[in-house]
Amino acid sequence: MTLIDELGAWLADPTHWTGPDGMVTRLLEHVALSGACLGLAIAIALPIGLWIGHTGRGAAGVIRAANIGQALPTLGVIGIVLPLTANIEPYGFDLIPSIVALVALAIPPIVTNTYAGLRQVDPEAVEAGRGMGMRELQLLRLVEVPLALPSVLAGLRISAVQVVATATLAAVLGAGGLGRLIIDGIAQQDDAQLFMGAVLVAILAIATELAFAGLQRIAISPGLRGRVQAARGSAADV
Amino acid sequence: MPPGEPLLRPDWVVNNLDVIGERLGEHLGMTATAVGVGFVISFALALMIRRHRALTTAVIGAAGILYAVPSLALFAFLIPFTGISFVTAEIALVSYTLLILVRNILLGLESVPPDVLEAADGMGYTSRQRLWRVELPIALPIIVAGLRIATVTTIGLVTVTSLIGQGGLGYLIVVAGINAFFPTAIYVGALLSVALAVAADALLLAAQRRLTPWSSARGGTA
Repeated sequence: MTLIDELGAWLADPTHWTGPDGMVTRLLEHVALSGACLGLAIAIALPIGLWIGHTGRGAAGVIRAANIGQALPTLGVIGIVLPLTANIEPYGFDLIPSIVALVALAIPPIVTNTYAGLRQVDPEAVEAGRGMGMRELQLLRLVEVPLALPSVLAGLRISAVQVVATATLAAVLGAGGLGRLIIDGIAQQDDAQLFMGAVLVAILAIATELAFAGLQRIAISPGLRGRVQAARGSAADV
Repeated sequence: MPPGEPLLRPDWVVNNLDVIGERLGEHLGMTATAVGVGFVISFALALMIRRHRALTTAVIGAAGILYAVPSLALFAFLIPFTGISFVTAEIALVSYTLLILVRNILLGLESVPPDVLEAADGMGYTSRQRLWRVELPIALPIIVAGLRIATVTTIGLVTVTSLIGQGGLGYLIVVAGINAFFPTAIYVGALLSVALAVAADALLLAAQRRLTPWSSARGGTA
C-alpha cells in the first residue's frame, strides 16, 4: 500500500478526526499547552527584560544566563525535571516536566529581545520624556516600550514558534498534543498517523509565525515600520 | 520513577563508562556529519546566490520553511521514504543548518568593504583568488558565528533523534532513562548534552579568534 492509499484509509475513519485521540483533540491540546507555556514565559520574561532594559542593572548576568539557557536541549531539560516531579500526582509525570522545559525554552528570546529593544531607544527621547516630568513607569510605558515594540514582538514571535514546534516533545512523556500522533505513529508503525501529525504541527508552526508577523504589522507605530525588518533579521539569529 | 530510586547512582556511571563514551562519540559524529554536510551545501548555495541574485528569495525562503518545521515532524515526514534510519536523522539535521549557515556566509561576504574589493581587483586578483585570499578571511568571524549557532542547535536536535532509533546522548535520556524509569541515565545524558553544547560553542569561538586575530571578539556575534 502506498502512503497515499494509507492516508486515504486513515482519513476516512471518523474517529481519527473527532475521537478522543483524534486530530481535533490533539490539536486543541497542542494549542492549549503552547498557549499556557507562552503565557507563563511572558509573565516571567517580560518584566525581567523591561527591568534590565530600563535600569541597565544586572543586564550582563541575565543576558549571559539567557544565552546559556538557549543552548539547553529541550529533551535534556524534560529529562532533568522528570525525576524531581515524577511522584507529584497527577501531572508530575507528563505535564509538569513538559511545561517547565517549554517555559525555559521561551524565556530567553523574550528577555534578550526586550532588553535589546529598550537599549536601542534613543537616550534623547528618554531625556525629553524625563524633562517633560514623566515618572519612571510613565517613561517605560509611553516612550520606551512603544519605541522598543518591534524588537519585543520579534522576541515573542521566536518564542511562540519555538514553543509550538517543541510542544511535540511533550508526547515523549505521554502528554497530549500533536506529538502523540507522531510518537504513536512511530510506535504502531502507522505511517499515515505520523504523517498527519507532522503535517498538522508544521502547519500550526507556520500559522503561528504568520499570525505574529501580522500582529507586528498591526501593533507597531507607523513611524517605526522601517525598523521591523531590521529587528526580524537580527532576532532570528538569537 | 520507582520510589527510593536515587537521582544519581555513581556506581552505574562508573560501570558504564564505555556505554556512555560510545553514545557521546555517536552524538559528536552525528553533529559533525550534519554541520559538515550542511556547511558544504550552504557554501555552494551562498556562492550560487552571489552569482545569481534573483535566487536569494527562493533559497532563503525554502530554507526558512524547512527551519520552521518542527524537528520531530521533519523526521516523521521522512520516515515513509527513508525509514527509521541514520539517513532520515541526518537529512533533517542538515536541513536545519542550511538557513543559519547560508545567511551567515552571505552576511559575512557582504561585510567586506567595497574599497577592499577594489584594491584586490586593482592588484590583478582573479575572482577566485579574491574570494579565497581576501573575502573569506574577512568574512570568517561572521561565518564562524553561524557555525556556532548551527552546531549548538544541532547538538540539541541530535537528542531528539533518539525518538527515531538514533540519538547519541538522547538514547541515554529517552531509552535508557525515561522509558526505563532510570534517573541516572537521564541525568548523564542531559548533563553531557548541555556540556557538549557549551564546550562546542567555546571551542569554535576560540578557533575563530585564533584564525582571525585582527577581528575583535564582538565581530563574531552578528
